[in-house]
Order: sequence, then C-alpha cells, then structure tokens
Amino acid sequence: MDPTDRRYTVEHEWVKLEGDTAVVGITNFAQDQLGDVVYVELPKVGDRVESMKPFGVIESVKTASDLFAPVSGTITEVNPRLVDEPQIVNDAPYEAGWLIRVQPDNTSDVDQLLSADQYGEHLASS
Amino acid sequence: MTQESQPNATLLRTALYPCHLATDARMVDFGGWEMPIQYRGILAEHAAVRSAVGVFDLSHMGRLYARGADALAVAQWLTTNDVSRLAPGRAQYSLFCAEDGRILDDVIVYNLDPEILIVVNASNRLKLLAWIEQQRSVGLAGLDVQIHDATLETAMIGFQGPESARLLQEIAGAPLDDLRYYAAVSTTVSGRTALIGRTGYTGEDGFEVIVSAADGSWLWDLLLEERGGVQPLACGLGARDTLRLEMGMALYGHEIDETRNPYEAGLGRVVRLQKGEFSGRPALTEISERGLERKLVGFELTAGGVPRQGYPIVAGGEHVGEVTSGNVSPSLNKPIGMAYVPVASADIGSEIGVEIRGRQIGARVVPLPFYEHRTRKSATSQSSRG
Repeated sequence: MDPTDRRYTVEHEWVKLEGDTAVVGITNFAQDQLGDVVYVELPKVGDRVESMKPFGVIESVKTASDLFAPVSGTITEVNPRLVDEPQIVNDAPYEAGWLIRVQPDNTSDVDQLLSADQYGEHLASS
Repeated sequence: MTQESQPNATLLRTALYPCHLATDARMVDFGGWEMPIQYRGILAEHAAVRSAVGVFDLSHMGRLYARGADALAVAQWLTTNDVSRLAPGRAQYSLFCAEDGRILDDVIVYNLDPEILIVVNASNRLKLLAWIEQQRSVGLAGLDVQIHDATLETAMIGFQGPESARLLQEIAGAPLDDLRYYAAVSTTVSGRTALIGRTGYTGEDGFEVIVSAADGSWLWDLLLEERGGVQPLACGLGARDTLRLEMGMALYGHEIDETRNPYEAGLGRVVRLQKGEFSGRPALTEISERGLERKLVGFELTAGGVPRQGYPIVAGGEHVGEVTSGNVSPSLNKPIGMAYVPVASADIGSEIGVEIRGRQIGARVVPLPFYEHRTRKSATSQSSRG
C-alpha cells in the first residue's frame, strides 16, 4: 500500500503536509506506468499553482505526461536533484524523488484529497 | 498522469506471445501487432545491448520469400539497391519506392540462392504484398516468381550486443567468424534449422535468427539462458527505438514514409540509378538531378528538454520543419533528435530551434550517427535498417 502519511489525487500525485508547506510528488503507480524518467519540467520558486491544473511535465523515455497540482498555492522550493538525476523519481517516488514544495492557500484543502485507502480503491477500479 | 492504452483483441500476436506474458512484458499496439515495449525497463535494456547482449522479438516484421527462376529479377525491379551485386549468402539494405519516387518501405533483401528473402516493416507487410501483385502487370510482367509470406509461420529473434557472437557461437551450427556484417547462413541452432543473419538495428555487433514459429518460444528461452558468465536481457520496442535513434537509423513512420524521397532522407546510397529499370527510377533520376529542398539531419538540444516526433523546428523565427524522432540518448545522456530542415539550415553546426510546448529550445545540427558504430567491419557496411 502507498504511505498513509499523505493524500493522493486521481491523477496519481501525492501531497504531504510538513508544517505549513506541502510537498508534492507522483505515486509509485505513476512512476511505474511512465517507466524511466529522463526529464522533469517544473515552474520556478514564487510561481503559482492551481488545484488540479497542470504545473509541469514529466518525461520518460516512452512519453511526456502532465503533472497536476493537488492544491492551489505558491511554490517555495523545487527539487534541485531532478536536473541531474531525474531517475530518482523512479527510485524513490515518495522520498528523494519529490517534485515541488508549495505554500498552500488553505492547508485544509489537503484533507479533501484521497486517503491512501481511497487511492488504492481508485487504482483497483481503474 | 495518464495511463497508456491497452492493446485490443484484433491485434496479431507473434509465436513468442506466451513468453512475453511470462516475463511480465508491457504490451502495446505496434503496426497491428501486440508487442512488448519493455520488460525490466528501457534504460536497462538499452544498456544491456551496448555492454553485453539483448534479445528482441522481431517476429512482427514481414518475411516475404520470392521463389522461382526470376526471383532475382523481381527483387531488382521492386527495390532500389542493386541486387545483381548481392552475392549468395549476402544481404543488403534497400527501399521500395512508388512510381513517383516516394518511399513505400525500407527493407533488407537476402540472397538465399536460389530464393530471395525480403524483410519488411510490420505495418507495411500487407501494403507491399498488394503492391507486388499490382506490379505483376507492370515491371514484373512475364517474370516467373511466387511470393510467399512466411511471417506467421516463422519467428525472428534479434540477438544484439558486443557479447552476441561469443554467446551465439556456443549453440550455432556454423562458424560465426566467417559470417560478415550483412551476411546470412542457413544452419542450425542447438540442432534445429535456423537462418542466422549478421544484421541488426542497434549499431552493435549482432544477429537476427529466423526459425519456424513452432521453434520460436524454444529459441527465445534458449537465447535468454545465461552463457559464459553473461545474462542476456529481453528487450522491447522501447530500447529498440532508443538504440536505432543513437545510430541515426531511419524508422518507417518517422524519418521515412510515403511523403519522403530517399535523397532527402539521406538514403541516396541505396538507390542505384545505373542498375537498369526499377520501380520509381525515372522519378528518382529526376529528383537526384533537381537537388534537395530539405534534408534529414541529426541535432542536439543545447538546453534541457525532450524532443519528440512532430515538434516544430524553428529557424530565423519561422517554422521550417519538424522533428521526426527524439529522446534523451541513454548512452550519451543528452537530448538528441532527427528532423527535416531546409538545406540552408542543414550544415553541421547550424543553429536551429525546437519548439517544445510553445517554448523554443536551442539546438545544433550534428553529424550522424550520434553514437559510434560497433558493428562488425562497419566501415564498409551498408548500415541502417528500419
């Protein structure tokens, strides 16, 4: 099962609150579907992201796929390792392979997203 | 995130289909066939072929035999390369072209004296069979030939990489040292009848082996056995694509199709206008004399991104062409691609741009191949294969 300390979207992103910021990444299912990640295109610190709108693109050898923001807010950090080591998204999607850190407009928005159980059910039914 | 679409039930399956299911392959629709795009992962498979050996199911590719007294003459009419220079036991890269010089397919022609084998792209097999029938009232009129489509009754497996000769020799019935690049021998593998060709689509030394469909799964498992301390890796279409891209080899549907002629695709070397009459010759003669407007080139991005088929090429603020193939090169770890550009932008070192999602990324025209050929005696070979 996916980690229970965070929330999920139907687009296969995860979001985890750490203090008053939220860390965002893609799920293990997502990285497995994509295959080897070779490039991640992300916005800059200070840029806005909007809930369930694309904020970037992740590219594997096979394909390019949009990334959707789990919550609305302002980017406070972008994972610097992704430039030279994009494959960490495959190796550690829930830890070292995180994508962005966001200051959410409302931290409570995170609670509206899927729990690990609900995300697991979503995977099973799709 | 979006999930890839699953293949539907009307697709053809190769004799190795059960092997793919057993190895957890990820299957996709390719040219009307349900084929593995990857097993362990494209980068691992790519690396195995560059450093050791990889095993590919190529059974989807069409295998057409021309039999009869005039088989050679038939191949000479149908293809652009010179079959009269093709000694028994040798193979050549070639093209099928329409009357107006458009590329119908790229193929390998084998002289298996007395018969001719033509290996064609999966997606073009039925089109070419119909084309050949149509040519019976044109260039093939009066010639004695039977065309036999052996695609479904045989299997073809690629065994590619620097360790391929050493490993295959342990089970091959013929001395592979004697087998040159683009040569083939009818022999055995572990006692069973096989045609072994020293051909490939990876830039590495390697072989393509044809056996009966009934022996397909057996050969697949045999080639994947650890041998001499080397564990061959099953490779899918994903690695096949990145390997051929690094070699600047054309793929039908990308660099070449019915809108392209051989000269702009950089394949003029396999069009032998002096060989006598063949399909497309008058038009190809005219095209070769007229000169080119656009040309296929290789490029590298000078900033981050992944070029992909269809992305616009920009020069002097205008859209002047488009990317035919692109990816991050696994061997070179940088974004590379091929594209058609106007001749004015085709020189090595030319600065062009690739438009990726509305943003222009800088690129530079570089020589092909991107990665050094390591095929046997590659300096004298007739590289490239689709």
